[in-house]
Amino acid sequence: MKHTISVLVENHAGVLARVAGLFARRGFNIDSLAVGITDDEHISRITIVADGSKYTLEQIEKQLNKLIDVIKVKTLSPESMVSRELILIKVSCTPKQRPEIISICELSRGKISDISANSVTIEISDNAQNLNNFEELLRPYGIKEIVRTGTIAIQKGEQAVSLKN
Amino acid sequence: MASERMTVARAMTECLKAEGIKDIFGYPGAAICPFYDEIYKSNIRHILVRHEVNAGHAASGYARVTGKPAVCVATSGPGALNLITAIATAYMDSVPMVIITGQVNSDQIGRDVFQEADITGSAEPFVKHSYLLKKPEDTADVFKKAFYIAGTGRRGPVLIDVPFDVQKAEIDFEYPETVDIRSYRPSTKGNGFQIKRAINALKDAKKPLICAGGGLFTGNAVELMRKFAEVNDIPVVSTMMGLGAMQSDSPLYYGMIGMHGAKAANIAVNSCDTLFLLGARVGDRAMSAMENRKDFTVVHIDIDPAEIGKNIEANVPIVGDITLVLGQLLEQVDGFEERLSHTAWREELEKYRTETQPAPAGDGYVNPKWFIRTLNKYLPEHSVVVADVGQNQIWTAANISLKDGRFLTSGGMGTMGYSVPAAIGAKTACPSVEVVAVCGDGSFQMEFNEMATAVQHGINIKIIVIRNCFLGMVREVQERTYDNRLIGVSLDGSPDFCKIAEAYGIEHMLVNSEQSAVEGIGKLISSDKPYLLEVVVPEHEKTIL
Ligand SMILES: Cc1ncc(C[n+]2csc(CCOP(=O)(O)OP(=O)(O)O)c2C)c(N)n1
Repeated sequence: MKHTISVLVENHAGVLARVAGLFARRGFNIDSLAVGITDDEHISRITIVADGSKYTLEQIEKQLNKLIDVIKVKTLSPESMVSRELILIKVSCTPKQRPEIISICELSRGKISDISANSVTIEISDNAQNLNNFEELLRPYGIKEIVRTGTIAIQKGEQAVSLKN
Repeated sequence: MASERMTVARAMTECLKAEGIKDIFGYPGAAICPFYDEIYKSNIRHILVRHEVNAGHAASGYARVTGKPAVCVATSGPGALNLITAIATAYMDSVPMVIITGQVNSDQIGRDVFQEADITGSAEPFVKHSYLLKKPEDTADVFKKAFYIAGTGRRGPVLIDVPFDVQKAEIDFEYPETVDIRSYRPSTKGNGFQIKRAINALKDAKKPLICAGGGLFTGNAVELMRKFAEVNDIPVVSTMMGLGAMQSDSPLYYGMIGMHGAKAANIAVNSCDTLFLLGARVGDRAMSAMENRKDFTVVHIDIDPAEIGKNIEANVPIVGDITLVLGQLLEQVDGFEERLSHTAWREELEKYRTETQPAPAGDGYVNPKWFIRTLNKYLPEHSVVVADVGQNQIWTAANISLKDGRFLTSGGMGTMGYSVPAAIGAKTACPSVEVVAVCGDGSFQMEFNEMATAVQHGINIKIIVIRNCFLGMVREVQERTYDNRLIGVSLDGSPDFCKIAEAYGIEHMLVNSEQSAVEGIGKLISSDKPYLLEVVVPEHEKTIL
């Protein structure tokens, strides 16, 4: 099962290496990982999507909590979070195909971010599932390159994964 | 206290003094020289080992008997790398330790200069935390935190890597009185609800059992555990790391669990209805005693939430400092209308106490089990016994009886070569206590260089080398599982260990009969100098009968 884990860490050198090392060492599989600063410059957030059983998830949480630089660990449930990835896709596109591709792009709430004689680059941010679907729609045209970020996620409603609670 | 201007190197010694550190174990090199120069000027005692790994093991022995973080030091590159096995050994057994290493100049880090090794990176899997001290002004803060982290919560090693230029930098130094790490709040008291559930489990139990683990020593809770057992009339068994927590002569004590443990202890684990796991992580070796058990209530008390539910399912999980949790439980017990008693259960277990005498060995040999039991009769009550790894460890653990002493061994990592340096550490911390290292002829050849350390610094440890001319434990595996195809386990070519001791100026005796054993043990105990016994045991003696 996939789990989305939001981890607040001290913004120190080497923290990412410690977190990534822990996953590797204990045999926890990382699907994606995204790091960024939070509203407090001393704190970073690492969002990890990991695969594993309930037992594995419990161990991941406990082991993460043992790292001294980890301030908070919270697993977000799929129903109660908004999750996003950003994807950049470069597809082959003859001038004749442009209207078609542009309309797929618009329907999927994407944006054309670059265009050349025989290709377009589209950017979309959405949840992983929708991005996979979008990829499939474009596949017939010939995908030249895909660049995807890791997932970031936030809880729905007023609650926040922050120092205050 | 006002701040004072000084070099980081000097500040490092001030930090150690502020932490009450009197002895450190180490091995110098150029990259750590500024710090050594300050040790020279301080009254901290530096004990030179003969290999860095043994500085780590010695600090481990020291820390285990004092219950406080102990310190070891090495230079950059190879010096630091030689420490890694000791760091990992300490980590697996939750030993509090602060490791100081020299590092190349900060502006050269990452350039593969002479004797550069990324020690914080390499040691990462085996440390509780580590620091690369880049900013001189962080010195006091880093040291304060390092000692705090090493010595609280689940204890463990913390590494501080200090570049050469940083050691020489000048700072305004003031040691902080308090420390606060927002991301590190070792849990302390047990959850009230779980305490109530544990008390209910205790009241309901017809056949309660305490399994005492090594956490009782690190958590300084040995006395409280004994009280909890006695007040509630609960039988006690122990893991290898928990040996000595219960007095061996207590009527409530039934021995060590596990493959090599006592029959009564294993039967107790298999027939109890409520098991109190106290500071025991139930490693895979101890687990063999309770495989297939599902129908009992497990109350698991541990400081590390990650250990609860990891190897054994806990019905009542209590995360907390073992001293505080036992205090909470005892407080509830005080309110019981009637004291609990489990006479029938104890009588049931009593039947399984075995008193088989080990068979005598043939001419020219001593039975190792008999030897350890004979040693028991002469050891002072408060002795520290350090077992190495291999058959010698099993024979010692299974036969030693500690009235009120300590048993140290590398339980988690099983690191050969632990006993002699760890004994040196323990003896340095407690010079008036008898400290005996028991090792095999294989392990001894990984560590006998440390006899020089003992001699040089007047650390009067006693060494018992169990000689079977084999890497016995591995030989046993090859006999059993590989149809007796023995490869790489013969120790032919080993020296005469008495002559080796002689060369170091250490008194010694060869033991190859029951009579010479008794004589030898007498001499070993009465000597106030280091002493070595070479005990010849039958080559094919086994641990599993
Ligand atoms: C550093 C290290 N290397 C290898 C091993 C694997 N090992 C476990 S027990 C053992 C044999 C130990 O031989 P010896 O010290 O003679 O003790 P004996 O088993 O004969 O009592 C070995 C090689 C180990 N535990 N540690």
